[in-house]
Amino acid sequence: MKLPCPLCGSRDRREFYYMGTEDYLTRAGEGASLDDLDNQLFLRDNPAGLTRDLWYHEQGCGAWMVVTRNTVSHAVLAAELVAGRNKGAKDAH
Amino acid sequence: MRIEGKGQIDRAKPVSFSFDGRSYQGFKGDTVASALLANGVRLMGRSFKYHRPRGVLTAGSEEPNALIEVVGPANQTPNVRATVQEIFEGLVVRSQNRWPSLRFDLLSINDLASPFLSAGFYYKTFMWPRAFWERIYEPIIRRAAGLGSLSGKHDEGHYEKAFAFCDVLVVGAGPAGLMAALTAGRAGADVILCEEDRLLGGRLPYAEGQVDGKPAADWVAAAEAELRALPNVRIMTRTTVTGAYDGGVYSALERVGLHRSPRPDLPRECFWRITAAQVVLAAGALERPIAFPMNDRPGIMLASAAQTYLHKYGVVAGKRVVLFANNDGARAVARQLIAAGVTVAAILDSRSDASAIEDCPVYLGAEVTDTKGRLGLTAISGRHMAGAFEMDCDLLLVSGGWNPMVHLTCHMNGRPRWEASIAAFVPMADAVPNLRAAGACNGAFSSLDCLTEGAQSAQSALQALGRAPTEIAVPRAEGLPYTITPLWQVEGKGRAWLDFANDVTTKDVKLSAQEGFRSVEHMKRYTTQGMAPDQGKNSNVGALAVLADATGRGIAETGITTYRPPYVPTSIAAMGAGGRGAGFAPQRFMTSDQASRDRGAPMIEAGLWYRPSYFPKPGETTWRQSCDREIAYVRGAVGVCDVSTLGKIDIQGRDAGRFLDLVYTNTFSTLPVGRVRYGLMLREDGYVLDDGTSARLAEDHYLMTTTTAAAGLVMRHLDFVHQAHCADWDVRFISVTEAWAQFAVAGPKARALINSLLDAPLEGFPFMAAGSLRLGSTNARLFRISFSGEEGYEIAVPSRYGEALFRDLVARAETMGGGPYGMEALNVLRIEKGLITHAEIHGRVTAYDIGAEKMISAKKDCIGKRGAQRDGLHGAAREQMVGLKPVTIAEITSGAHLFDTAADLTRVNSLGYTTSVGYSPMFDRHIALGFLVNGRARIGDTVRLVDRLRGVDVLCEVCDPVFFDKAGERLRA
Amino acid sequence: MRYSGLKVITQGLLGNKGWGPAWRSPEPKAEYDAIIIGGGGHGLSTAYYLAKNHGLTNIAVLEKGYLGGGNIGRNTTIVRANYYMPGNSEFYSHSLKLWEGLEAELNYNVMHSQRGQLVLCHSDGQRDTLARRGNAMINQGDDAELWSRERVREEVPYLDFEQTRFPIYGGLMHRRGGTARHDAVAWGYARGADRRGVDLIQNCEVTGIDIENGVVRGVQTTRGPIRAKKVGMVVAGRSSQVAAMAGMRLPIESHVLQAFVTEGLKPIIDHVISFGMGHFYISQSDKGGLVFGGDIDFYSSYASRGNLPMVEHVMEAGMTLMPMIGRAKVLRSWGGIMDMTPDGSPIIDKTHIEGLFVDAGWNYGGFKAVPASGWCMAHLMATGESHDVAKRFRLDRFRTGEVMDEEGTGSQHNLH
Repeated sequence: MKLPCPLCGSRDRREFYYMGTEDYLTRAGEGASLDDLDNQLFLRDNPAGLTRDLWYHEQGCGAWMVVTRNTVSHAVLAAELVAGRNKGAKDAH
Repeated sequence: MRIEGKGQIDRAKPVSFSFDGRSYQGFKGDTVASALLANGVRLMGRSFKYHRPRGVLTAGSEEPNALIEVVGPANQTPNVRATVQEIFEGLVVRSQNRWPSLRFDLLSINDLASPFLSAGFYYKTFMWPRAFWERIYEPIIRRAAGLGSLSGKHDEGHYEKAFAFCDVLVVGAGPAGLMAALTAGRAGADVILCEEDRLLGGRLPYAEGQVDGKPAADWVAAAEAELRALPNVRIMTRTTVTGAYDGGVYSALERVGLHRSPRPDLPRECFWRITAAQVVLAAGALERPIAFPMNDRPGIMLASAAQTYLHKYGVVAGKRVVLFANNDGARAVARQLIAAGVTVAAILDSRSDASAIEDCPVYLGAEVTDTKGRLGLTAISGRHMAGAFEMDCDLLLVSGGWNPMVHLTCHMNGRPRWEASIAAFVPMADAVPNLRAAGACNGAFSSLDCLTEGAQSAQSALQALGRAPTEIAVPRAEGLPYTITPLWQVEGKGRAWLDFANDVTTKDVKLSAQEGFRSVEHMKRYTTQGMAPDQGKNSNVGALAVLADATGRGIAETGITTYRPPYVPTSIAAMGAGGRGAGFAPQRFMTSDQASRDRGAPMIEAGLWYRPSYFPKPGETTWRQSCDREIAYVRGAVGVCDVSTLGKIDIQGRDAGRFLDLVYTNTFSTLPVGRVRYGLMLREDGYVLDDGTSARLAEDHYLMTTTTAAAGLVMRHLDFVHQAHCADWDVRFISVTEAWAQFAVAGPKARALINSLLDAPLEGFPFMAAGSLRLGSTNARLFRISFSGEEGYEIAVPSRYGEALFRDLVARAETMGGGPYGMEALNVLRIEKGLITHAEIHGRVTAYDIGAEKMISAKKDCIGKRGAQRDGLHGAAREQMVGLKPVTIAEITSGAHLFDTAADLTRVNSLGYTTSVGYSPMFDRHIALGFLVNGRARIGDTVRLVDRLRGVDVLCEVCDPVFFDKAGERLRA
Repeated sequence: MRYSGLKVITQGLLGNKGWGPAWRSPEPKAEYDAIIIGGGGHGLSTAYYLAKNHGLTNIAVLEKGYLGGGNIGRNTTIVRANYYMPGNSEFYSHSLKLWEGLEAELNYNVMHSQRGQLVLCHSDGQRDTLARRGNAMINQGDDAELWSRERVREEVPYLDFEQTRFPIYGGLMHRRGGTARHDAVAWGYARGADRRGVDLIQNCEVTGIDIENGVVRGVQTTRGPIRAKKVGMVVAGRSSQVAAMAGMRLPIESHVLQAFVTEGLKPIIDHVISFGMGHFYISQSDKGGLVFGGDIDFYSSYASRGNLPMVEHVMEAGMTLMPMIGRAKVLRSWGGIMDMTPDGSPIIDKTHIEGLFVDAGWNYGGFKAVPASGWCMAHLMATGESHDVAKRFRLDRFRTGEVMDEEGTGSQHNLH
């Protein structure tokens, strides 16, 4: 299994750590509702098909990335840097 | 029987080997099976369930019957295919799954009991009396089951793993594979050609007719010569591609040393991970048997196997041969045997419309309905268009048609498609990305079709690679169409085997359908058909045809079970190569490692690290003596301990303080330069992630320490928080754990020891101070922190100076009545102060539980703040950290549970447990940290500490987790 | 037809002609009192106990494929009751007691074999954690013994005690732990449910859940609509998809767990043995194959197949722990789809829709739970109240923080 690190290119799955879906990126900070927290940490669409999830190039460049992937075929369609996803947006919290 | 002039064996090199204690001779190039057949040995195994005598059915890795044990000087290997194991001088093999001998096997009594041992019989019985299952029935069943034996000794064999990469992987070197490799190779692509056999060519050299105007074997030799001359083509023989995985990764097993006398420099096997941009699957096809009554005797084999034995080994396994087939292709075998001077008594063709013209009698509309010969075939009987027949023969060749080897195309959940014209399953296109099937495995059986598809599929692969295709002429070859009339089973009195290895007969499949197990998956699981060592390669299609018939459905509708990796059974040692012993995980050593070992310290595993347990002195006979002495160093003089395993993360940037405020519960942006602060980190769900100290080395520069256990976890967490939540902040960090060696120097004389290193004594430098200093010409860092409750310092130097500094610190400490201390002493010292490690921060603990709720700053947000506010994370129902002191002197244990003194010892009454225990010389007794429901409110109470596993039952006083000097006077001294 | 040794003999003499189908193949009725979506182990046992314990027999199990085709047919068959979190402890204890009478209960030999399960430890800290767990097991009324390194060596001499990267400090022996024949459990419950009148309907995929005003009314299927007063979703591996039909989002992420079996071997491993440093657990089936597995592949997946990194890790763990298995050959690998929850514990609960219930989130421990899961789900569906031993398996426990995180790894689905 290979993953396309936006910084390092196609690398073996062994180099990556997997966290879960991109829901983790929507942070339920101070004052958030329990629904927000539930959606960030626990509840999942869990699609059988296309998903967007978080991988960390732990034994590589240290980049977190959002990978667009098919959970049924394991096809990997795209990968983008987590850090680059909302360039120009204001602070996330 | 050997046939002169035939076979790709080296007749100049005779080889002796032994089978079941008897010595036999073959030639270099023989397999155990071919050599035994040449010696007239037909009986090679016993079946799984009925212990029926069995001989070889095939000539390849799919062999279901002839499984043997290879006995080496140091160990034995079970379940080796006699049809694959090449012989070498001194090879010792023996039959398996029989007792006392292969010819006389007591468990063949099962064969007589077969009416009672039908499919699934064991689900219906052995239930009474209940206790008999484990005591009587199951042990008997287990002993009777199984095939070969492991020795129980460690496998000391040498195995390897390797990676390889290529543009085009060609799987199989028959006509399609050779053409594919030639096509891709000539175009300059980086090609790997994997072939399971020791020879290239597949079945092409056995085909009738010429290739490119010359004998097929000559064409193969020329193709091989050309490929070997191409620098961009790697040929891997004795290598079976075993699995298809995501991203163009394929597993392959190479038999490196199994075919020769063991050599220490050669691995037995090598497990390959091949990444290929394009793949041509040219895995060929396997001939399938026909389920006719009593079709399992030694002497009954596939026609194609006999062809292989004839051409590859110059062996014919009988003197009087009959062929039973339902297709044209098998006739060639009979013709070739006749040409080699072998008596072919008859061809029995199940078709009534086939040609009857051969150089031997041909019977049409024929079926074999019975066979004779207890340990080997002697005669057959049956019927044909003219009536019943009986004939003597010692070799019956069977051909029920061919099954394309679609396996790899199914490894990614692809389903094969039923192709009625050849009565077989063929691959679905694109079942595996970038893989194309070509030749027989794609249902194209003639030599010409194989060569053509091989070339075409390689051209397509080249195109996909963006390479210019090469002009390549497909050689002229035999292109006869394949004609077959399916014949799956022959009705008759006796049992007709489908799955030879697991003893599954047509009756079993029909019974399965009768009992409602009509889905092909149910049938497989109920009868165990297809679950034997050949994984149904010889039986799947036949069995589902019988099931389809029994359930009144078509074959396509009935479907097929899933093929899964590995294509051939693969040793655990090969796939786990490198994992033996210390190879399983990396070893991390501190710079003081050798110095500690020099002092005789037992080194214990701490995650991947090794740390000294204690430093024994002459005269000490137990670890406790050493530990108590080392504690006394710290409490009374000075102790030195390597703490380099703690994670160290260097954090820099204008927003570094702001960043720490986000990841820690408490505030670090206000920390003055030159000071250290203890911090608590939560997971986003509000539970404690880690704790540690961070020092501010400059306005925009912090050094964070983590626990040893969580160093990697915290680094990953920081990267996530940064990149996900504040990527635009000016902060960067890097792990410097291995860059710095760091030593704790603790005790009343710690300052004196530190001062002795310095040009000028420390001035000021209060508790929680941090600073840089010079040790000679070396930059060092000094932190005044304590994990023992004593005045303590941690001094850090670049790793290359670590060992020297450790030896120096220890030597100085010893002149002051102190010395080094290990993990055991460190643990007691920190328990006495109520300082936590991951024994307490075990992932289910909240800040509230450890009494640190106030550390969650109300003034700012932090990771985990919202999660920590949930009802479930605090409240009196939660277990809170407390100290525990036995009321009387008694040993206590970690992992014990806590109860009220009057309560029954039941789960619902368990109020908590201990996490860390040590013998405290200060209190002259064991003390513990633990968690107790509503514990802080119960300080002063007595609870019952019970460890039923270790027979501990002790009354303890609940106390503050800080056992002494709660005000911290000693560490501030 | 009642099964017995005598019946096997008489049928054998009669050419096995008299065996009838293990279950009927009924057409779905227009309406049932209750419908179980999912004909796997948990669904079948739920149906069985609804009929047996609660007298509900006008019920159907709807299975989109064949009975027992999910994880019950692709696991490593381990049965144990060795949990220590309140909530899990009493549940699995109850389950093990049901296992102990299962053959007699079902008149079907599921080959439950209490061969003993040995969990090894490789540091003082791990031993203490095992001790805490073992004490919890004894407090619960189950069994546990803490074995020293020497004792482990006596009983399991073939482990590598000398060279291994992580030395063996000892282990926790759970005598009543063991294995069972996985398919037989599904078939036994199916046959038992069928005999009590439950309609087991195969090749019937649920495509929608009919809800009116917050009350469940029935389901849509590939074989037409079926009305029902109560519907239970018992579809591990597809829980999120089925729940989505009711507009629900579950705290579940699906992951692939691979497992392996070797060719048949004469008896060599008596117990279930688990490595403590890296996921690896192994037992030997009655047929002789070594059955073993490791951790999930860690990325979400519905493919029921995995990749080589985890395959190799598992093999390496086997080689460092017990190098004597090196020459056993892996015959087959497979993958199951695991409902991973954020705390590693399951869900048996009502939903916000009246009459709709969910039994899901078994992570990769669902096999041993089959009897108690069905028992408790049946109790919930029949009475509307959670069974005592399953009352902590709440759907909302993640919101409230009352989680049962045996691993202590927190709100990341794949870490349990």
